[in-house]
Amino acid sequence: METPRLALRGLTRRFGDFVANQSIDLTIQPGEIHALLGENGAGKSTLVKMVYGALRPDAGDIVWEGRVLPPHDPKTARGLGIGMVFQHFSLFEALTVLENVALGLDAPGPLPALAAKIRRVSAEYGLPLDPDRDVHTLSVGERQRIEIVRCLLQSPRLLVMDEPTSVLTPGEVDALFTTLRRLAAEGCAILYISHKLDEILSLCEAATVLRAGRVVASCDPRQETAASLARMMMGADLARPPRTAPPPRGKPRLVLDAITLPTTAPHGTDLRGVALEVRAGEIFGIAGIAGNGQTELFAAISGEQLAPAAADILIDERPSGRAGPAARRRLGLCTVPEERNGHAAVPIFSLSDNALLTGYERANLTRRGLIRPGAARRFAAGVIDAYKVRCNGPAAAAATLSGGNLQKFILGREITQNPGVLVVSQPTWGVDAGAAALIHQALLDLAATGAAILVISQDLDELLAISHRLAVLHAGSLSAPHETGSKSVAEIGLLMGGIPAGAAELVAHAA
Amino acid sequence: MRLKIEPRASAAPALNALVPALSVVATTIAAALLFAILGYPVGRTMYAFFIAPLASANGWAELALKAAPLAMIAAGLAAGFRAGVWNIGAQGQLTMGAVAGGGVALALPDAQGPWVLPLMCLCGLCGGMAWGALPAFLRIRLGVNEILTSLMLTYVATLLLSALVYGPWKDPDGYSLPQSRMFSDAATLAPILPRARLTVGTLIEFLLPIGLWFTLRHALVGFSIRTAGAAPAAAAYAGFPESRVVWIVFLTGSGLAGLAGIFEAAGPIGQLIPQITPGYGFTAIIVAFLGRLNPLGIIPAALLVALSYIGGDTAQVSLGLPNGAAGVVQGLLLFFPLSADFLVRNRLRVVA
Repeated sequence: METPRLALRGLTRRFGDFVANQSIDLTIQPGEIHALLGENGAGKSTLVKMVYGALRPDAGDIVWEGRVLPPHDPKTARGLGIGMVFQHFSLFEALTVLENVALGLDAPGPLPALAAKIRRVSAEYGLPLDPDRDVHTLSVGERQRIEIVRCLLQSPRLLVMDEPTSVLTPGEVDALFTTLRRLAAEGCAILYISHKLDEILSLCEAATVLRAGRVVASCDPRQETAASLARMMMGADLARPPRTAPPPRGKPRLVLDAITLPTTAPHGTDLRGVALEVRAGEIFGIAGIAGNGQTELFAAISGEQLAPAAADILIDERPSGRAGPAARRRLGLCTVPEERNGHAAVPIFSLSDNALLTGYERANLTRRGLIRPGAARRFAAGVIDAYKVRCNGPAAAAATLSGGNLQKFILGREITQNPGVLVVSQPTWGVDAGAAALIHQALLDLAATGAAILVISQDLDELLAISHRLAVLHAGSLSAPHETGSKSVAEIGLLMGGIPAGAAELVAHAA
Repeated sequence: MRLKIEPRASAAPALNALVPALSVVATTIAAALLFAILGYPVGRTMYAFFIAPLASANGWAELALKAAPLAMIAAGLAAGFRAGVWNIGAQGQLTMGAVAGGGVALALPDAQGPWVLPLMCLCGLCGGMAWGALPAFLRIRLGVNEILTSLMLTYVATLLLSALVYGPWKDPDGYSLPQSRMFSDAATLAPILPRARLTVGTLIEFLLPIGLWFTLRHALVGFSIRTAGAAPAAAAYAGFPESRVVWIVFLTGSGLAGLAGIFEAAGPIGQLIPQITPGYGFTAIIVAFLGRLNPLGIIPAALLVALSYIGGDTAQVSLGLPNGAAGVVQGLLLFFPLSADFLVRNRLRVVA
């Protein structure tokens, strides 16, 4: 047997009393695509940060190609050939691709030579990238390519990818997988972190499953099913949301009447005549790649950005385009923004105070302008209980919760306020499969009570699983809606890509 | 080898509670060292600085008289700082409060009755608010940085007051000194205690910060202010528009500064002079931070800073301590709590 590219032996890391990783063993061979699976908070990020040298282990060894590594930092790691593509990119939007790559390299060398190298490597691996483009003009998929190419330029021997497909279209996912398989064939080891079980089944040849900081299983995903992997990951069977019935024909509870709204953000996207109608009992999905107006659309509906005319937005037939978020909430519109930290919740505030953030009126948490601390605490405790939020009770600061748990709290906070219309952006972004299933079920249950639900998501699988109707947002315009299941994934992918030239190729790929 | 700063996972609560006490001790030691280096008798200087002002009832009264306006202005500013609104111009707002309220007193020299003083206070409040409304408006409508506008308007206010007391409002019987006529009895805050200069204004100045604390902690409007400072996007999402929060905190801070201005003019001063208070509006910024932007912490902070000012004067008069040395001690008083605060939240680590 050849020397493993990377072997972890008994790796342990604590944060105070909390054990994030407990005696982790893991072995990756050269050329192997190895999945690291686990729910949010299972310890995946801690583990890869130790491999990358961003965190020091408290105990255990990192063995690189047969040699025990002394404590190292990310720069040493890059020198050894360990590359990492993070879930959230660190790119400067105002700079070009070339400049961004150069900034991320330890020894970029002269820029013209680097540009040529980027062109060559990106073409070689099927990751077309123009070094002279400004980053803000690129799609999320293209931005990810910058990060990957940056790693490839350093001839990686181990590539760590943290949830790389959460932002990609189906076509882009296929292209990425082709690249990864090719890299593996050349001998590069790949550590692939994902929640998406079907991806792991189709891509990986080994998997290590973490639960609560420990390795609970090592297996060959090719011998497993999605259900068996999910069981290992969570220790329980995934509750699958039922396949949804044909769209309900209730009365429209949320109507956007061709909203046209210039963006307020630099490099943002203007909304162009976005029209839609969400009916009572319906879940309406908006698909699309990030940066195509999702942020602007959410702000326009939530009231953080006012529409040009009151009649542009109807909530239960009442014109509300000129009303702010508080007034719209009074009319029954509750919302969940995409960004949890600092938008949907205040990280340094307790969960009680975060309950107050949107519930001060609808949940009766104030009286004559004064806060009712007891009521806020009870409300938060109720949400924690009903949505299985793992935390130290209502007094815990939001920042201490893992992403999935905070998301459950935020969604629970809104649903508990009994909204007539609920708008949710990226309901399960960065959330583990268990929390995602719970969130989807909660949305379906709410719809069943007659609420209208609008889900803005980049996760097409999610929208296909829960929504009755779908429309695609591209460059600030919304496509005509259609019933879920009436269009193929490839067709939706085409719409997400904006249809024109080049898209045909994507479809061919997907087919 | 180098030093690295990293945030602590959790700040020890015991350590947190010790910060104010430890920093006072550290200030005392550093001050003693400073006096020794300068060649002053350490014991006597320390006594003059920190003990003598408190050795008599009158000393305590003077301390309260100085601390009260500092506490009220600082509490008002703290509300703004909590919201991320940087009103640096309390000194100007205080001056305009004195001008507006004092203007009433000078316009009605013969007025009698209990309504005169409340009217003056109301005008003082509004004068301060008007001066604070300008930078608030400029920030909300035009995106102008309020630090610059509020600060520069302070100089405008000071010059306006000078123009008035050197010109139209000069006391005709005042030997050409730049000062207004004394306010009439009906327009003067009478001392509430014998042989002390404390007035009902002093009392209000200590009580209002408590009201502000209650509002910040227990009222929805206070919650909106804290949210705006902690996460502006979350505040907008919650339905607390930025413009509303900016108006509220600016008008609160500047109104209280204006009120402090008229309390000074109608209280211990009794007339308008070119300089209302030795820069309380600026000192209040220090007090606000020393009190950790919590109105309840601001009251002891104001007393401490007031003590350092009075003690500095005492030491200068009795021992000839240079003015600069007193300034250094006041600086230390701010330096230690702030750096201790930083070290409680972060730790220094030696990196190989």
